[in-house]
Amino acid sequence: MMHTADLLQIFAEHRNDAIVISGRGGKHWIALSDTVTDIPLGDPAMGGHAGFGLGLALAQPNKRVVLFDSEGDILMSLGQLVTIAEQAPENFYHFILDNEVYATTGGQPVPGSKVVDYAAMAKAAGYPRAFNIDALDDFRDALPGILSGPGPVFVSLKVWPEVENTPIGQRVRWRKKSADKVVQDLREALGVDR
Amino acid sequence: MTEAAALSPETVMRQMKDNGVTDIVWLPDSETNWLYLLMQADPDLRLIGVTREGHACSIAAGLFSGGRKPMMLIQNTGMLESGDSIRGWLMGLNIPIVLMVGYRGYTRHGVNTDTAATYTERFLMAFGLQFYLVENDADSARITIAFQEAERTRQPVVVLVGDEYHGFNR
Repeated sequence: MMHTADLLQIFAEHRNDAIVISGRGGKHWIALSDTVTDIPLGDPAMGGHAGFGLGLALAQPNKRVVLFDSEGDILMSLGQLVTIAEQAPENFYHFILDNEVYATTGGQPVPGSKVVDYAAMAKAAGYPRAFNIDALDDFRDALPGILSGPGPVFVSLKVWPEVENTPIGQRVRWRKKSADKVVQDLREALGVDR
Repeated sequence: MTEAAALSPETVMRQMKDNGVTDIVWLPDSETNWLYLLMQADPDLRLIGVTREGHACSIAAGLFSGGRKPMMLIQNTGMLESGDSIRGWLMGLNIPIVLMVGYRGYTRHGVNTDTAATYTERFLMAFGLQFYLVENDADSARITIAFQEAERTRQPVVVLVGDEYHGFNR
């Protein structure tokens, strides 16, 4: 098991100019990087981050797009793995943070959390490369090779759950901008806003 | 009184091209096979097939965020099950997109035996989504109106295709 903040710290050293959809790692990533190509969307509707990453990667084929998704999200939309594999964007790097629980609702177990092989699922869906990593040293060693090869690549990362039990209305809001403003700022930065 | 011509797939394709659509995010329904063949033959149009209609919403949002002009092509049954994704990924992110939605069960006169039709317009009204009904070629200008409205409001706009049994499924 890894701590999300630790693995994101390592990733930051290799990020270069990638667009980063921080997804379930958002509250840690924003402390490391907060530019217009960091895309903290919060949770517009669970299960959709992979699709957003796919669309952005297809629209910007000359930029690497990195997504930190979760196992709960992909289980909600497994078919998206097939669509991503079929479209095969070479610039898409799909990480999931697998904490085995629904952390934001109090830590209830995700179905199948102890047995599901997410990398095998991604491979079976058609991803050319897929990995399961559960130790920080292994992540540090593997990351340069993961990012230097073509996508789509899928990487499942075992992380410690960070369970939140306070009522949602009392939680600290870490996002600085609304999700629609994040999108608007990205489009302006990419020069695609009409 | 003569019956108006059916809505032809060629007309829909022309509307897509005139409005600058770059990507179709879609799941086949009973009306779109001939349109699929036309879209597939167009080298400037990217087809992105999904396995559940709700997936199309976040894909379209990502495409728009990166500068493309996507359109969604789904059936009303899929739209009904996509409610949360429409809310979060399209309405919430201010994505100006047209959803062409096959109106399964539509009978024009409101007497139908298919609850997919019964709940389609109720769903759209509950979400506050603007929509236009297109039944034949004479209505096709409404598709452009939908694109213009999506741009103006920066919100999704729906075109209901009420022609299940005619031109779309040759």
